[in-house]
Amino acid sequence: MSTARRKPPRVGDNPLFRRLLIGIVLLLGALLILAPLIVIGVEAFRQGWKVYVATLANADTQHAIMLTVITALIAVPLNTIFGVAAAWAMTKFDFRGKRLLLIVTEIPFSVSPIVAGVAYLFVYGLQGIFGPMLDAYDVKILFALPGIVLASMFVTAPFVARELIPLMQAQGRDLEEAATSLGASGWRTFFSVTLPNVKWAMLYGVVLCNARVMGEFGAVSIVSGNIRGQTNTLPLHIELLYHDYQAAGAFASASILAVIAVFTIIAKVALEGRGAGRRVKPATILVTPETRP
Amino acid sequence: MRRNVLPGLNLSLGITLFYVGLIVVLPLAALIFKASSLGFAEYWTIVSSPRSVASYRVTALAALAATIFNLFFGLALAWVLTRYRFPGRRIIDAMVDLPFALPTAVAGISLTALFSANGWFGSVLSDIGIKVAYTPLGIMIAMCFTSLPFIVRTVQPVLEDLDPALEEAAQSLGGSDWTIFRTVILPLLAPALLAGTSLSFARSLGEFGAIIFIAGNQPMSTEITALLIFIRLEEYDYQAAAAIASVLLLTAFAMLAVTNWLQARALRYTVKG
Amino acid sequence: MKIRLDSVIKTFETFRAVHGVSLEIESGELVALLGPSGSGKTTILRMVAGLEYADEGHIYFGDQDATDIPVRERGVGFVFQHYALFPHMTVAENIGFGMKVSKVKRDKAEIAARVADLLRLVRLEGLGDRFPGQISGGQRQRVALARALAVDPKVLLLDEPFGALDANVRHDLRRWLREIHQELGITTIFVTHDQEEALDLADRVVILKEGKIVQQGTPQEVCRDPKDAFVMKFLGDANRLTGEVRAGIAHVGGAQVAAAGVPDGPVDIFARPRDLDWSTHGPGVAATVERVLDRPGERRVIATVSTGETLEFDVEPEQAVEKGEAGFVTLRRAKVFSLG
Repeated sequence: MSTARRKPPRVGDNPLFRRLLIGIVLLLGALLILAPLIVIGVEAFRQGWKVYVATLANADTQHAIMLTVITALIAVPLNTIFGVAAAWAMTKFDFRGKRLLLIVTEIPFSVSPIVAGVAYLFVYGLQGIFGPMLDAYDVKILFALPGIVLASMFVTAPFVARELIPLMQAQGRDLEEAATSLGASGWRTFFSVTLPNVKWAMLYGVVLCNARVMGEFGAVSIVSGNIRGQTNTLPLHIELLYHDYQAAGAFASASILAVIAVFTIIAKVALEGRGAGRRVKPATILVTPETRP
Repeated sequence: MRRNVLPGLNLSLGITLFYVGLIVVLPLAALIFKASSLGFAEYWTIVSSPRSVASYRVTALAALAATIFNLFFGLALAWVLTRYRFPGRRIIDAMVDLPFALPTAVAGISLTALFSANGWFGSVLSDIGIKVAYTPLGIMIAMCFTSLPFIVRTVQPVLEDLDPALEEAAQSLGGSDWTIFRTVILPLLAPALLAGTSLSFARSLGEFGAIIFIAGNQPMSTEITALLIFIRLEEYDYQAAAAIASVLLLTAFAMLAVTNWLQARALRYTVKG
Repeated sequence: MKIRLDSVIKTFETFRAVHGVSLEIESGELVALLGPSGSGKTTILRMVAGLEYADEGHIYFGDQDATDIPVRERGVGFVFQHYALFPHMTVAENIGFGMKVSKVKRDKAEIAARVADLLRLVRLEGLGDRFPGQISGGQRQRVALARALAVDPKVLLLDEPFGALDANVRHDLRRWLREIHQELGITTIFVTHDQEEALDLADRVVILKEGKIVQQGTPQEVCRDPKDAFVMKFLGDANRLTGEVRAGIAHVGGAQVAAAGVPDGPVDIFARPRDLDWSTHGPGVAATVERVLDRPGERRVIATVSTGETLEFDVEPEQAVEKGEAGFVTLRRAKVFSLG
């Protein structure tokens, strides 16, 4: 007891209030967050190991897994390139319309994935702008891999950019100017000065982007056409099994995505330990014009 | 034309504009174009049909209820995670992101399993006469789950960075805990709370995957707007799908505008000069 | 390398930062750009570096027009105000960066040897493996200088080099920078808002105000012969009195001071605190003592003149002066500027 340091109580440090609040939050958290995760595992193994393994070994499931992985392998790198380019353009230069560009970049966050899916239909579908032309040349975008990738890129467009922009804005341009004044080329400056200082934030964006791409349901369900064994990604496959009254199969497939989700969270926490994901206050972003005295 | 000292503006801005144009602007423009190619009368008939209006109603009300619940629960979670130290805190902190990381379809089937009449929670609740799955309540619960992290994650950093001296000053002036919370802490959290609330509400309005499994999807009662769009598409009624989707899209834009305006207002004391 | 600026103009958005500045800097010279904030001094430095481009006018390095040469090829060493050290590289890696990215290929041993030389020059031997976050502010400043010197720049440019440092560190570094300049003989321009720093360090001081050069010259020239009231006030404490010139003599109250070459009429008279004398009898400017401030080496008196102006002047520490005392101020030396 002698080593215990007493601190004056802060607001909300009343022991009764404190215990009550922690109790409520833990209970609700367990019910609303933890229980859904646990029930996936329980339901997946309800009919035993054999059914679980059999479901995952099923050709359609395998194909859905493959398609999901391929989609992520295409969409995530493209999105990362975009995020880096957008962050470089918007933080290292001043130009008219920068704020507007930032807002447009963030639009996919507020748009329903269903709306996104429908919107793509009206670009590449037969009733859309380019649909008839694409059909004439026999180019398949909708109900095929390109459509799935495009829809995934829409819903995740801001993921990498929004991690990089506040960070690179806060870091300013001094380091890049210093490297340039020492004779470094643009690529050199980017790879040896800019990137090492934003790599964790970038990776953070990549991890979140990947999770969203692999799990996207609404937008992809419209553009993919839900063709079993062909254009079913894993989330769509889960829906199919569920509505086929194959609950165990649906939960077995869901368990894969749940495991990915848990790994995503672990990666996220690890990256936060390296300083990624800290939000810079919104007021400081992009409102400082670079006028020097 | 002002020349730039650092290289790469053309390349990086070119990539950015191309990507944003192709991936974001083109499809949304196509949707608006399609919706606006309907005559006004036709458009109005579709978007104001009883079934559409019923879907707006259930979507908006469930989203509102879910957001209000998350406003309190999210604030409490953020408060507990930043102010108190207790075993398991870090795990809870990490788990808050589960709704973001877990695919919505997975969340949908697992919430349905929990809340259906023979599920863990559903069986208990049905004993006391509460039905969750296949009712608007189920829609609300799905929305609560998917939008929970927004408020926690916007409030948490502000709460962490809150200068203890402000509270100490208020304490030294004799304020009670509740008074200090109400008059000092809450106003400082307001911009973040507002941002989180509007993000949470917007997300709930557009949510699809987590809801359709638990909602029951009965027209006029438990059919959300996003699902109605989907159904119109399956009926090959593209015009109706475009019209109703445009309603959701315009709502999203309006939310975006309101959020920006509210935030600018709430943050006006941070503006210099 | 001789540097010449010819009618350089720079405007940001709507704010004109530099209004047609022309300036010549001789090879090997150490020049200070001195001015208050907003005077355009940093913008001029950044234009010489190529970190900003001039809207109009030309910048010459020797006989070569360098106006459009990008910073990467201009061959300048720039020390940033907050140093801009690469946080993820060690001190040695920071210093070696310019050589590593250079088109002139050097092998590792050569770079290492040069880095070691530079570390010795800036007296940081043994700190090569530290990261910038692990050393003090003064050490960071020296790393930034070594990094800039590593590329054998034609000209060394420093933006507020001591601005972020404690007063005592600043003093030592100032002397040390002077020594390095003497040793290397490289043309050097630095920006400062601290007149003492500029006068201590520079061969020549260029005083700027609102994007224009007000005066330039050796410390002696600008101190002894300030061109206008702004320079007079900016270089140090100055008392201002209004008076009148008649036939080459300025009259203020009962005091007089020489004003050769100033036309007859109303004038502003500026005098340094140590150029005023205090006595209990006239003639002179009648004043009443408001406060007496005692300092280690001097005694400063604050007094009010009957016309309401406040004067500050120094007296001998032994001299008895008391608050409320009435007396007379005479001017031993002053600068007279015509108001006409």
